Amino acid sequence: MSYAVLRMTELVATTPGLFPLPDWAKAELSDRKGHQKEDLVDGDEADAVRDAYATARGEVIDAQEDAGLDRVVEGQLRWDDMLAHPLTVHDAVETRGIVRYYDNNNFYREPVVQDELDFSGDVAAELDALAELADGPTQAVLPGPYSLTDLATNEHYEGDREFLAAIAEFLAGEADAFPGVETLYLLEPSLVENAPTDDLATDLADAVTTVADAVDADVVVQPYWGALDEKTHAHLLDADVDALGYDFVSNHEENLYNINEYGTTSDVSLGLLDGQNTLVEDPETVRERVSWVHEQAVSAAFDTTYVTTNTELFYLPYAKYEAKLEALSEAVSLAEVEA
Amino acid sequence: MSRRDYDNGKDQFKPADHDNEHFLMTTVVGSYPKPKWLDRARELYQGGDTTKPREHQGEHAEELPDFDDDAWEEAKDDGSRLITKEHERAGLDVVVDGEMRRNEMVEFFAHRIDGYEFNGPVKVWGHNYFDKPSVVSEVEYDETWLVEEYEFTADVADRPVKVPITGPYTLANWSFNEAYEDQESLALDLADLVNEEIGKLVEAGARYIQIDEPALATTPDDHAIVGEALEHIVDDVPEDVRVGLHVCYGDYSRIYPEILEYPVDEFDLELCNGDYDQLDVFKDPAFTADLALGVVDAHVAEVETVEEIKANIRKGLEVVPPEQLVVSPDCGLKLLPREVAYEKMQNLVKAAREVEAELDAGEIQVDAAPASADD
Repeated sequence: MSYAVLRMTELVATTPGLFPLPDWAKAELSDRKGHQKEDLVDGDEADAVRDAYATARGEVIDAQEDAGLDRVVEGQLRWDDMLAHPLTVHDAVETRGIVRYYDNNNFYREPVVQDELDFSGDVAAELDALAELADGPTQAVLPGPYSLTDLATNEHYEGDREFLAAIAEFLAGEADAFPGVETLYLLEPSLVENAPTDDLATDLADAVTTVADAVDADVVVQPYWGALDEKTHAHLLDADVDALGYDFVSNHEENLYNINEYGTTSDVSLGLLDGQNTLVEDPETVRERVSWVHEQAVSAAFDTTYVTTNTELFYLPYAKYEAKLEALSEAVSLAEVEA
Repeated sequence: MSRRDYDNGKDQFKPADHDNEHFLMTTVVGSYPKPKWLDRARELYQGGDTTKPREHQGEHAEELPDFDDDAWEEAKDDGSRLITKEHERAGLDVVVDGEMRRNEMVEFFAHRIDGYEFNGPVKVWGHNYFDKPSVVSEVEYDETWLVEEYEFTADVADRPVKVPITGPYTLANWSFNEAYEDQESLALDLADLVNEEIGKLVEAGARYIQIDEPALATTPDDHAIVGEALEHIVDDVPEDVRVGLHVCYGDYSRIYPEILEYPVDEFDLELCNGDYDQLDVFKDPAFTADLALGVVDAHVAEVETVEEIKANIRKGLEVVPPEQLVVSPDCGLKLLPREVAYEKMQNLVKAAREVEAELDAGEIQVDAAPASADD
């Protein structure tokens, strides 16, 4: 059965980005930049720091190409503040205390928006560097508008709805400056971790569509750390995107329920490898999981299935991150051969 | 009967020459800034690569300065003695050695437990990393963890010594779990190892154990797991041994009052950093254990004045009566400059003694009534 099911879909091995730095770069950059809050990336780094990031970027691009991934990301190695990065380097934003990054033992600088969020170009510059180095199809990664709003504090815009709209416009402006990419991933963990209130939920689809419309690429929205509540899932389906993501590592039952109860996009992104555990999945097991989702999702037939880790990968030691890329790529190859 | 019905109260740690009638025991959470020379000694011992012990430096080991195992042991002894005495000089009633022998609160223990493996550093924030270990097989007790540290500290100290131990829930939560069905089963297995270690510490003379569970703040819904782990931890531990639990930087309303069911004598809580905005959480229902209240901020390099600290101590008296109050910093002081850490401890002690005198003189109105677990 799995053979027939899988034959109908194109499988794409990719990741949500935000990789760990190679160990030499961890050491070198901590020496060059320092360990304190004021030492973190501000978008205006010294040449030696830029050089170190450029070398590290080359390594993570090689790692993805060597593993045989179908999409290559820049790696977001400069994103000291993880998904809050596009704001923490912005001139209209003041960074305050160190705050917890979701329910993890990780922290980022609280970005406080104090002025109009105009064009920055920080992420586009990274993608230009990616374009120069990568041979195959590339993928951009951004925080989704809701998650970036959730991670930030607003001291400029009138209310929550205006803030969400402004963040969406800001991200659209950034995305509009991207060089050509095949795919754009919008990471939206906050949709699970801190689901939107009714007010914001009605604006969610518009905000996501605003960003998606800015690029000529396939757009994937990837929530994680559980499943969306039914209402949020329904609202998100109104957004004009190519694929929704589902974190089958942390909660396969409710994600499957959402897909079967409400249907989903014509393409789908499946988080099937654990981005936060050093246990490297057997590729054969991952292949079985791909088949399982396709078999169980009785109401859906997917044109394209992105196979990915459920979360960003910076949580892992470098060698384990590399091993995850290999397992991911191998699993997709196995599935393709059998299909 | 619960543990709290036995005489494991703070009075057993009251110094013989204590001047005041009231006794607000002063102590610290555990970690303390390392002297710069001790960091340098570690670098020399590890050959500049802090991720690897000397024996893994391969051919480069020969180029390194001559700093062998004995020299490194001596350096740690010197650090431990120095900081223990520094705590005594600050006037603390119960001291620690500032965890001079420990590099990090999870790594240190994981290196001593069978079943753990290290795969390299991972990010905590910015360029701050830790060697987050992976549990790759069933965890087993191997060598002792802290007996040597305790015996040395108790030997050099003139005051009672507390032993902080990273709790099993944090050891489980801040590790990659490759081997266990879930975090809970791993945490409970680790709790049995902590229990075994406490047995050895008690045998060596320890009378005051503090379990550190900072991970509870990140996942407050797991408070039942922490409670069950604590039942494993105190199993067969003599009732007169005082057991405390340190928790920090969380939303306490999500774990209170449930934590009152935990089999511990004392809760050591960070509250100063949030300017006591969560204090009311602990007023209803009544706080039935001892409260070790954080009265100085561990993450602000400015030294609080004695007057400020006295006001903070009085906040504690809104929750518990003086008999149940212990005074402590919010958290480990290791991230502060050493002179700042010292001055904070000194002012903390001075403030506690002044509040005691004011209580003796009846100058302070105590809101909280004594409460017991039987209420």
